[in-house]
Amino acid sequence: MNYSEYISLILLLPLAGFVLLGLFGKKLFKQSSGMIGVLVLLISTVLSLYTAYQYFFVNGKLNDVYQTIIPVKYTWLQFASGTSIDMGITLDPIAVMMLVVVTFVSLMVHIFSLGYMKGEKRFSTYYSFLSLFTFSMLGLVVASNIFQIYIFWELVGISSYLLIGFYFDRPSAVAASKKAFIITRFADLCFLIGILILAFEGGTLDFNTLIHRLTDTQSSQYISITTASFLGVSVLTWALTLVFIGGAGKSAMFPLHVWLPDAMEGPTPVSALIHAATMVVAGVYLVARLFPVFSINEASLYIVTWIGAISAILAAIVACTQTDIKRVLAYSTMSQIGYMMFALGVAHLGGESGLGYTASMFHLFTHAFFKSLLFLCAGAVIHLIHSNEMNDMGGLRKYMPVTHITFLVACLAIAGVPPLSGFFSKEEVLLAAFHSNKLIYGIALFTSGLTAFYMFRLYFSIFWNKSKSLDTHAHEGTFSMKLPLIVLSICTLLAGFIPFGNFISSDGKNLELPFLLNFSIAPVLFALTGIVVAMRMYKKENNLPHRVAASLGGLYKAAYRKFYIDEIYLFITKKIIFNLIGRPAAWIDKNIVDGTMNGIAYGTGKVSHWIKGIQSGKVQGYALYFFSGIIVLAILVIYFWK
Amino acid sequence: MWSDYLQLIKAEGLVAIIMFILLFLKLGKKERNTESLLHFINVLLVINFISGFFFNAEGTLFGDMFQTNSLLSLEKNILNLGTLIISLQSFQWLKGHKHILEFYMLLLSTLLGMFFMISSNNLLMFYLGLELSTIPLAALANFDLEKRTSSEAAMKLILSSAFSSGLLLFGISMLYGATGTLNYQELSQQLTGTPLQILSFVMFAAGFGFKFSAVPFHLWTADVYEGSPVAVTSYLSVISKGAILFVFVSVLYRVFQNISVVWYNLLFILSVLTMFIGNLFALRQQNMKRFLAFSSVAQVGFILIGITGQSAAGSASVIYFILIYIFSNLGAFGVVSLVSAVTGKETVNDYKGFYKNNRMLSWVLAISLFSLAGIPPTAGFFGKFFLLLAGAGKTSSSGWQLNYILITIAALNMVISLYYYLRIIKAIFMDKNDNPVEKVKSTFSPNLSFIICVAGILVTGFASSAYDYIFSLVK
Repeated sequence: MNYSEYISLILLLPLAGFVLLGLFGKKLFKQSSGMIGVLVLLISTVLSLYTAYQYFFVNGKLNDVYQTIIPVKYTWLQFASGTSIDMGITLDPIAVMMLVVVTFVSLMVHIFSLGYMKGEKRFSTYYSFLSLFTFSMLGLVVASNIFQIYIFWELVGISSYLLIGFYFDRPSAVAASKKAFIITRFADLCFLIGILILAFEGGTLDFNTLIHRLTDTQSSQYISITTASFLGVSVLTWALTLVFIGGAGKSAMFPLHVWLPDAMEGPTPVSALIHAATMVVAGVYLVARLFPVFSINEASLYIVTWIGAISAILAAIVACTQTDIKRVLAYSTMSQIGYMMFALGVAHLGGESGLGYTASMFHLFTHAFFKSLLFLCAGAVIHLIHSNEMNDMGGLRKYMPVTHITFLVACLAIAGVPPLSGFFSKEEVLLAAFHSNKLIYGIALFTSGLTAFYMFRLYFSIFWNKSKSLDTHAHEGTFSMKLPLIVLSICTLLAGFIPFGNFISSDGKNLELPFLLNFSIAPVLFALTGIVVAMRMYKKENNLPHRVAASLGGLYKAAYRKFYIDEIYLFITKKIIFNLIGRPAAWIDKNIVDGTMNGIAYGTGKVSHWIKGIQSGKVQGYALYFFSGIIVLAILVIYFWK
Repeated sequence: MWSDYLQLIKAEGLVAIIMFILLFLKLGKKERNTESLLHFINVLLVINFISGFFFNAEGTLFGDMFQTNSLLSLEKNILNLGTLIISLQSFQWLKGHKHILEFYMLLLSTLLGMFFMISSNNLLMFYLGLELSTIPLAALANFDLEKRTSSEAAMKLILSSAFSSGLLLFGISMLYGATGTLNYQELSQQLTGTPLQILSFVMFAAGFGFKFSAVPFHLWTADVYEGSPVAVTSYLSVISKGAILFVFVSVLYRVFQNISVVWYNLLFILSVLTMFIGNLFALRQQNMKRFLAFSSVAQVGFILIGITGQSAAGSASVIYFILIYIFSNLGAFGVVSLVSAVTGKETVNDYKGFYKNNRMLSWVLAISLFSLAGIPPTAGFFGKFFLLLAGAGKTSSSGWQLNYILITIAALNMVISLYYYLRIIKAIFMDKNDNPVEKVKSTFSPNLSFIICVAGILVTGFASSAYDYIFSLVK
């Protein structure tokens, strides 16, 4: 089969699902909306897997290099020759990989929600939102045009907003959805400006043409964008940094990460889909998509690297202190995305130096599985306990064996214990960092120790620690909730053995991923240390954690309060922006703008009154105005304004 | 040979044939079932519209006086479509009228005049078409026979248009005196920009300005639009304007290309005045019919911006906008006309709480108004977008960046117009009314016209192929 025959279906089916469930769900499919959603996603997933098979094994390669294939392209708005907004589908290794990840994880979440959201009043609305999100995310990953990616970027933001605020009767959920929306909006504004600069300088909105023009050192566009500068920094750096800010907003990178922990107010399966596996990696994906351009600009890559590294360690430290299990996972997500970011930042285009690129995508791939697994497990736990707080849990391994085992698998994976998938991908990330920047490598190594610690802190607190007696009716949840956990844990176990470099590399060529046994000793040791410490502190109920917290004093408190970043934001917005800018602006608005408006309204009234005088109803008067109009115009254009 | 000839004036011929059919019907027996008669006429108009897509030829006739090509055929067919929609919408009003056949004969003869005007390749032919399209309109304006305002409207229309025709004719004769020819191609070579030529051009342009009611030549519109029957008002403000704008673009671009600096400045003034004054007028209207008519004056200001672009894009954007404008404005006029025919209610206050009893009509009206206001994703947004794009694309010859000033003024006016369009929408959906309009029963014909309009509004914008097609014809 040709791609163009079925590829659009992968996107259009979830869209159709959204329309169907959104319009008629409440009336016609009150019970069956879940099954409809699952069925639609199942077909999309199968098609995506088939596409991946076709692309990677049958016809994606030309002379041993993966090609970019554009099976569908529709010119939507043409501005000038060469500059147009297209709606298209691009297939290249990362797009195909993301297609698989998005549809697969979405399918798992759809199935899990059958049990988790059962009995919810707005059940079909929930599924229609999920379908909308899936459609938007798929449109984002296959975008062939930088403006298309922006459109879907915003759609993803909208669906995230809708889903975070799904329980809109809870004020905290409403506040969280607003926070997420507003912060990402600010980032998106930068993204849009970046897009406009790139489009202006590159003369096109098409990804391939843009990348081609801006990487060709001979082209006029390249010369103009690199020589022109603004505030002493080249325009290319500005553009890429602005684009990266957009990506950082969506991917919750420091300092734009404050929305992610709050976004955990949404239903837990949503967190698994949007805030763990798919939407939050959009920023990484964006940088990867424009990687050829980023790679010629050292300065912007430097920013990507350091923002990634700072986010990784900062989030890991905060995660060690949080007690809400979803927040721990949220910070852990931020930390892992930090890994992906700096892996991209230390990479270069082509060959061995492109290791970071492959490692980043590899980590994105494996992380999608184990992190969505962690979230779904957390969902199962919350479903049973009806609380997010660690203190309310403990000793749950007796009550939920499947969740216990799958959660352990995911914890081992994220901690980087061999031979689970997280070990392999993190290994490549660390290796890439080691070859490029030792300081980054040190941070990453330390962070991986912290990761192991906070994950096992979570694990032991939930499933061991104090023994809690629940009533005998407590059970783990329906089959539909267990199945995704099992499937995802199998993926987590096996995904690491995929020879990822064969499929994805910075230049499309085959890249043999290096695996050095003696190199992996250090990370594994760090991970094991983290696990052992966590076990010592949290396996049994004791006061060791309190003593450790007390001895760390200020540092613990700072980390517990998330390094006061929320407070800093509040200070800036409430104190500085509201008082210094808001109030004067309000004064100007009340007195000067409103005054002007009132004046205009008054003036308008006067003028219309005056015009009404002209509109006397007498035809001879009209003729007079007509004739004078001609005379005045003729005099104007003949004598004054030639 | 004969078939070629017939093919070239196919569009005009068909309209003339329909007129003859109606004439024969008139000669026949006196009493007829008005409803089936109206359906029969609508079927004829549908056939006329559909056949507009086929057998279109390119060539000239009557010693180079008349020309046609696929672009002109498309323009004519757009007018056919508009006439069809208006005919469908006036079903309710005409049902009780005694002189249906006369109404259509007059209407179609104005359409015929417009076709000749569009196809003209000579100023004489143009003038002939113009008169043919104007004089019957005065009779049409008088078609609410028992209403005094209707006769007043007709009287004012005929007097004003006689005056403007006189000046136009004066301009044409001076142009002839200055150049010695009336043929478009020869004229365009002779024009050098002497003061006499410019003066005659200004008069010529004022004749156009009168027809598409550009300020300051718009004064007749207020009285005529208010007094005429709704169907005639919508015909005047949509079809008649559309036709004259088609001609205006092609005449400016083909004949007066040499003195483009002059007409750029002229259009600049006209467009700014038209947008502002049209908006100021529309702002105060309480009567829906008058409101729509004045908002259409302001829309012309935007169209003039597209014309200033002086490029293929300018020409294409004008045609594209007029197509969308027909859908949007007729959608709105249709609802107003239906409500006025059934309940006699016409003011904005009457429309408060309209949504309560008339869901479908409210949505049609709202979508049309959104499109007129240029709010995405309706087609009106794309139409305005391309117009402004064409206007911005003009490279300024003087140091002043006039095109950007014009765009800025247009943006300002879009905001003003947004206010009064949304005011209606607010009245329909939000305002409370103890005594809202009763459920208006709509019949097949108006419903069909609403479907056409709404589908047009929703589809035309997204199908960029429509614009691309027009653009390819213009090039």
